[in-house]
Amino acid sequence: MSQAIIQVEGATKVYENRTILDGVCLDVMAGETLVIMGGSGSGKSTMLRLMIGNVLCDGGDIVAFGKSLLKMTPDERDEYRRSVGVLFQSGALYNSMSVADNVALPLRQHTDLPEQTIEIMVKIKLELVGLRQHAEKMPAMLSGGMKKRAGLARAIALDPKVLFYDEPSAGLDPVTSAEIDQLIMDLNKKLGVTSVVVTHEMDSAFRIGDRMVLLDRGKFIASGTPEEMKKSTDPLVHQFVFGLATGPLTDRRLAGGYEEDLMGYENG
Amino acid sequence: MTTVLRPIVLIYLGVAEMFRFLGDLTYLIGDAVFGVRHSLLRKQGRRLGWSNLWAQMDRVGVRSIPIVALVLFCIGAILALQMAPVLKDYGARERVADIIAIAIGRELGPLVSAIVLTGFAGASIAAELGTMVVSEEIEALRANAIDPIYFLVVPRMISTTIMMVCLAMVGDAAGVLGGMFTGNAFLGISPTLYRHHTFDALKLKDFLTGLVKAGVFGLLISAIACRLGLGVTGGAEGVGVATTRTVVLTIVALITVDLLFTSVFFFLGW
Repeated sequence: MSQAIIQVEGATKVYENRTILDGVCLDVMAGETLVIMGGSGSGKSTMLRLMIGNVLCDGGDIVAFGKSLLKMTPDERDEYRRSVGVLFQSGALYNSMSVADNVALPLRQHTDLPEQTIEIMVKIKLELVGLRQHAEKMPAMLSGGMKKRAGLARAIALDPKVLFYDEPSAGLDPVTSAEIDQLIMDLNKKLGVTSVVVTHEMDSAFRIGDRMVLLDRGKFIASGTPEEMKKSTDPLVHQFVFGLATGPLTDRRLAGGYEEDLMGYENG
Repeated sequence: MTTVLRPIVLIYLGVAEMFRFLGDLTYLIGDAVFGVRHSLLRKQGRRLGWSNLWAQMDRVGVRSIPIVALVLFCIGAILALQMAPVLKDYGARERVADIIAIAIGRELGPLVSAIVLTGFAGASIAAELGTMVVSEEIEALRANAIDPIYFLVVPRMISTTIMMVCLAMVGDAAGVLGGMFTGNAFLGISPTLYRHHTFDALKLKDFLTGLVKAGVFGLLISAIACRLGLGVTGGAEGVGVATTRTVVLTIVALITVDLLFTSVFFFLGW
């Protein structure tokens, strides 16, 4: 029986009087690929930022590897961040550095490894994502898919225990998107990491997810395996999963809740 | 009533905003001073810290040398041409050298170099950091447990401060040379006489007060650029706004701080 390595315990986040996350609870189990789904503005990216410790909760807490992120000292939080990897939506490569330097950055900053060892490690990481031949290229010379793969190589540079993905297949063509999904699954097997993927691409979510949760207006409204989500009788889950043009999500807008729906929060 | 209160409220809001910004700047400079140990002295981070510092010194300082030298050379020449007719009336045309030495060494060398550096480096730092915010690079640094203050702000502040002092020295020399060239070519003042008057007029304290000001100007340029760059919101438009604000605010701040320094030096008799 695997155990929870990250526990979200009633996390609440408020930005400028808007409740983005409203007391959400979630356990991330060791070794699984958890997919967090939700529409635009539902709070899923905020959820990710809370879990990686870049943003702190306004209420509730997040316990990672048995320690509360709120109670961690800045040094402890940095140590936690070194044990996780993040792939950002745009790849977030450092544009002033080559692909190899991007991957080497965490190694140069956080380890005392000699340059020769770092070079070898960078080649290994780039080979894992299929970019070894492009090591010396600058980010501006890469396609969208290559940027994400380079971002992934940087995310795994310090051999993380947990990998977070923010919309890994957003903005990619279907073939590149499938390649990225395959890469995520391969890395999970090869590195044995736990993955948390934030996405609203249903094809991708069903391909890679062991377990899924659906976030709506700052609250989790459903969770289960991909099969359970597909079979869900909840009309809202059904509409989201199958991408239907009519259903409770669209009715909500027509019923006057358009602004709330669009912004993903409840006024007042 | 509303019409009467409106300007008062606007002034109050403006003053409050200014103090908030000054508070932010103070915090940022404090964080950066504290961060020197993390960036350059601690075992982890030292490797990248020093290479970042050298890269910034090259970018901020070395590449600004030609333009600062050219601008100050021209200012030296302009001062010579402007002052010569007046001084000629008193039969003291060679005193052009004294005036240029004092004006450039105490005032124009540091100030004009700082204004050039504001356009050259301040705007570029704000645009660079702003773009990094927009493209999630700052967030990625934090996710990699790398503090943007230590990694980005500290090298920029140190390099701008050091290179501003160096640029002021280059500017001083270029300004004096500009005056000397004009004096020799058009005013009939020999280089030897010009040099003699320059060294007679310029005391070490004049030169040093100029360099102290230059250091403070450098810190100010980088602090404002980093603060506004890291505070960018709203995508590409936000980057443009931050860059413009950096140039405008820095020039206002430079002139204000310069006035403050000059007043203090005046009353202290320096």
